[in-house]
Amino acid sequence: MSSREKILSAIRGISIPQKSLPDVPDFRLSGDLEEGFIQSILGNKGEVLSMDEFIRWLPSMHFSKVISLSSHFKNYSTITLPEDPHDLEDLGLAILDGQFAVAENGAIWLEDSNLGLRALPFITEHLVIVLDRNKLVETMHQGYNLIGGAKSGFGLFIAGPSKTADIEQSLVIGAHGAKSLRVVLV
Amino acid sequence: MSHPENATEFLKDQAKAKWHDETLWFVRDKRDRISKTIPEWEQLRELASQIKDNVLANLGSYLEDFERNALQNGIIIHWAADAEEHNQHVLRILREKNCKAIVKSKSILTEECHLNPYLEKEGIEVVDTDLGERIVQFLNQPPSHIVLPAIHLKKGEISELFHQKLHTEKGNEDPTYLTQAARIHLREKFLGAKVAITGVNFGIAETGEFVVCTNEGNADMGVHLADVHIACMGIEKILPRRKDLAVFLRLLARSATGQPITNYNSHFRSPSPGKEIHIILVDNGRTAQLSREKFKNSLKCIRCGACMNTCPIYRRSGGFSYGSTVPGPIGSILSPGLDMKKHSTLPFASTLCGSCSDVCPVKINIHEQLYEWRQEITKTHGEFGKGLSMKLASGIFKSPLAYKISGSLMRSALKALPDSLIYHPLNTWGKSRNLPDTPNETFQQWYKKNRS
Repeated sequence: MSSREKILSAIRGISIPQKSLPDVPDFRLSGDLEEGFIQSILGNKGEVLSMDEFIRWLPSMHFSKVISLSSHFKNYSTITLPEDPHDLEDLGLAILDGQFAVAENGAIWLEDSNLGLRALPFITEHLVIVLDRNKLVETMHQGYNLIGGAKSGFGLFIAGPSKTADIEQSLVIGAHGAKSLRVVLV
Repeated sequence: MSHPENATEFLKDQAKAKWHDETLWFVRDKRDRISKTIPEWEQLRELASQIKDNVLANLGSYLEDFERNALQNGIIIHWAADAEEHNQHVLRILREKNCKAIVKSKSILTEECHLNPYLEKEGIEVVDTDLGERIVQFLNQPPSHIVLPAIHLKKGEISELFHQKLHTEKGNEDPTYLTQAARIHLREKFLGAKVAITGVNFGIAETGEFVVCTNEGNADMGVHLADVHIACMGIEKILPRRKDLAVFLRLLARSATGQPITNYNSHFRSPSPGKEIHIILVDNGRTAQLSREKFKNSLKCIRCGACMNTCPIYRRSGGFSYGSTVPGPIGSILSPGLDMKKHSTLPFASTLCGSCSDVCPVKINIHEQLYEWRQEITKTHGEFGKGLSMKLASGIFKSPLAYKISGSLMRSALKALPDSLIYHPLNTWGKSRNLPDTPNETFQQWYKKNRS
């Protein structure tokens, strides 16, 4: 008997009273949606910029390698997306479009179609996500309603920059992934 | 070694033990504060518990759904009855890919299966990429906490370790500096690995996808650069529906560290073109636990670590004192199911205060199961140590005269006897405990004087 059969037949041999799957209520959030989102991102150690603030900030950083896949900043790439993600090793900045974001925790949803390469938002030194301010939802429940049955091979919620507190619980930003997250609300 | 013996070791460094206690309480307090900002918090816990009840009652069919959907998505599925078979699957995949070095993100399951020593024996370099896990790996230690693997170490120790291993400046204890050094060191490993291993937080039956949550981004750095992603998943990690993730992701990070969500929550449904995703579905004692009516609910655990942070025993004895992969209250109800003899002292490493059950995001009745394990263990292995004194006490309490006489004897004896006798090594209760001052009169005497 294969292990698959062994495990499944062991489970079938255990009688457990049936328990029905509960319906999950559509829990909401009180307060201003945009303000809630901004506070969440700040709490996760990200920043929120307006379009103007972003345009002023960008030249001050003197990035040599930038990849923008954002529909709002089409001409900002200084290099083309490589085929092999290893070639992104010294990427300074990635600019990506987020699909929607959740106010209660700042989580922004991106899928393969936004990422170019799945490694992009992680390997880049700094990350900017551009988000339509009309695409904010209140809680994760509405978030998953929006995702619905989407069939992207990969999708993720990004809520902040890479961080760790593994040394004496001291928060350090920039563990392995992007050292900063800036969200541009448009 | 038993839990009390290990705890004694931990408590030798009193300053560090105090720091450990206070730091974990701080994390527990953060959890409390953030949970209070969600009006439906208790409803979410109840929902999570009910969803997991449904999973446990239908685990077989959910696993078959999960497998079928994952296969359709182009994921390769393996089943492992035990740790040995799990490790063999990993090794076989690595051999097929001619891979000699792998990166691994946090996976309690691979710790449970002792994957690292197994692969290292076969000449494969395993690099744990979570910062805390890399630190303990350098020390040849297991993690002492499932969410905070290096919580038993102070920054001075990590500084010294990194000075030896990564040639950082001697004496530089700045966490930012040390983290940056680890970033540079691990980036090289990420770029060089052809195979990356991760754990799984949740597997979704209806879609065949799985979710991995990190703050560091190390799981994603590993798998998106590698050609092959191996995801190691306990069979109890199943959720029925994608939308159930909303409930669990709202609870997980808030319970674990008091943050609203982990910064990266990756949903893997199918591999990138030209790459492979493997899932190893592992039993290793889980079906046996499912068959134990009193203990099956322990399989609802989502590994947030909240029960450890709140536990007065864990905070004051450290993760290593438990001698099991998952320490703390939840570990003390999971581990006896794997090896009752080896872990026989763990269910006693609790005050049964119930705080673990109160903070558990999936409402596992942890303290009640600890009590139940005590009954099982006492039945199987007999009583420990306290047998004689308990029999003596039983005799005294049964006879009113003996009770009266012994009471007055004890009051005078405790005043007269030297400490060396009261805190004699044979009296295990005297260890780390001070007796209160003895009263001058009995309650009966006091009552006669004041109330009659």
